[in-house]
Amino acid sequence: MSETYEVTLEELKHLVSERALSGETVLLNMGPQHPSTHGVLRLLLELDGEVIVNCVPDIGFLHTGIEKNMEAKTYEKAAVMTDRLDYLNTIGNVLAYSLAIERLAELDVPPRAQAIRVILVELQRIASHLVWLGTHALDLAAMSVFLYCFREREAILDILEMCSGQRMMTTFFRPGGLWRDVPADFELAVRRFLRSFPARIDMYHALLTKNPIFMDRTRNIGRINAEDAIRWGLTGPSLRGSGPSNDIRKTQPYSGYEQYDFEVPTGTNGDVYDRYLVRMEELRQSLRIIQQALDMLPVGPVRSNNRKYVPPPRAELGTSMEAVIHHFKLWTEGFELPKGAIYSPVESPRGELGVYLESDGGPFPQRVHWRTPSFVHLQALPVLSKGHLVADLVGIIGSVDIVLGDADR
Amino acid sequence: MSEDHLNKAIHTLKERFGLREAEIQKYPPALLVPAEQVIAVCQTLNDEFGFNFLSDLTASDYYPEQEPRFHAVYNLYSHEHNTRICLRVPLNGDSPTLPTVEVIYYNANWHERELYDMFGFDITGHSDLRRILMPADWEGHPLRKDYPLGYEEPQFTFNYDDIDRRKHKARYEEA
Repeated sequence: MSETYEVTLEELKHLVSERALSGETVLLNMGPQHPSTHGVLRLLLELDGEVIVNCVPDIGFLHTGIEKNMEAKTYEKAAVMTDRLDYLNTIGNVLAYSLAIERLAELDVPPRAQAIRVILVELQRIASHLVWLGTHALDLAAMSVFLYCFREREAILDILEMCSGQRMMTTFFRPGGLWRDVPADFELAVRRFLRSFPARIDMYHALLTKNPIFMDRTRNIGRINAEDAIRWGLTGPSLRGSGPSNDIRKTQPYSGYEQYDFEVPTGTNGDVYDRYLVRMEELRQSLRIIQQALDMLPVGPVRSNNRKYVPPPRAELGTSMEAVIHHFKLWTEGFELPKGAIYSPVESPRGELGVYLESDGGPFPQRVHWRTPSFVHLQALPVLSKGHLVADLVGIIGSVDIVLGDADR
Repeated sequence: MSEDHLNKAIHTLKERFGLREAEIQKYPPALLVPAEQVIAVCQTLNDEFGFNFLSDLTASDYYPEQEPRFHAVYNLYSHEHNTRICLRVPLNGDSPTLPTVEVIYYNANWHERELYDMFGFDITGHSDLRRILMPADWEGHPLRKDYPLGYEEPQFTFNYDDIDRRKHKARYEEA
């Protein structure tokens, strides 16, 4: 290898129309540093005037080899890397990973840990939706919404920091429960957020929902029908905007979601506007779940008592030889999972976040694969954007809510 | 979850294609499918049993085992019946080849590109078989078990001689 290798048009010929080769249409490069591509996403656009004829996404700029790296770490250490995948849903990633281990090892999680998991994951869902809303509105030239959204997000990040010491990369969940119990003023902080946030949602609605400019730029843009959406692998709010009410929290409940009463909002048109409405309603539903979980928050331990997977409490180390042995083994070798493979999906703010975890019986994973919603949703971008104006493309990208760290892994 | 529906699907597939269950998979229930039957099995699951959603497509490398060295893993989901099923496709070490299923499940396109990129599978009939996550001129397939972890300088520092030297060392002496 001596000089940089450039991909030629010859190699991409099958992705653009014949008109591009004769120069009738224009090929335009968008990104990878374009602010409205939400990260480092490069799009090769074929344009007829201002109309998009073809769109070829090019990803991989944020590829960090997390799946490969996880194979070289013990299960508990690999959990730290999960935060770096989807950096807006850090706590949801580690939940997906912990659940896969718990399901494979048949490890129990105490009820208090499950309730706190639900509260934090729903808070994270709100935080993620706030970033989506802020940037989506910013792309469509509504600056103020962005600032308000980030103000509310701060409150959630403060709660995460209170629990784990970190604002974003928390790794607060561990296989078998939580890292530690939440602090005493956790409940107060969450309740304060629950009180203030509904009025904020009303404010966002007042700023955007009936705003004629916003409606013009989102209605009938990027439409996809339910059947195509499923074939293209859309999940989460992006799918629900088209009609199907598929939500893994309902269809395959985990962490005790079956005990909470909440609705799954759906749209009808499958356009940018409907996907916007679905996510806005999800903010309210998440608040409902948090409220219920907080009201019936059980007391008790927050980590499983299974010493083969979970280290003993610090206090036991002074009195029990067995505890010392378990502690030593867990922090030197790590635990061993039974041989087997599992696919474990959860509902992330973006859609179906699946972990394929395979164990060969040793202390390292044989294979960890992340089925990330952003990766799958980006494929549908050419279908969604065909025939629309370049200016609408930023709205479409915003409406499928991608995170490039999630897509590139 | 409709257990009956899933059992019926598994039973039908076993009878029609002579498949066995894959014991390694704990969830969802998995069948071992030879590569040449993948399309027929997917078509049957899609048309007759409503498995209309390819939820995930990945692979696992069992190096140094050679026969089979890889398993390709398809996770299918049925929106109508709310059930999941898994297909595991054993592949040989020297020429792992899979037929594309992108005609049935459109989103298989990128998943298959990722398999080509990361594991070096040849996907027959694929419409756009290029690397997806790694740069177009990358050598080797990173998720294979015989691909070394580490000793790779950042690719864009233009110290090519240095990278080549270390790559060679890592691949042939330490792996």
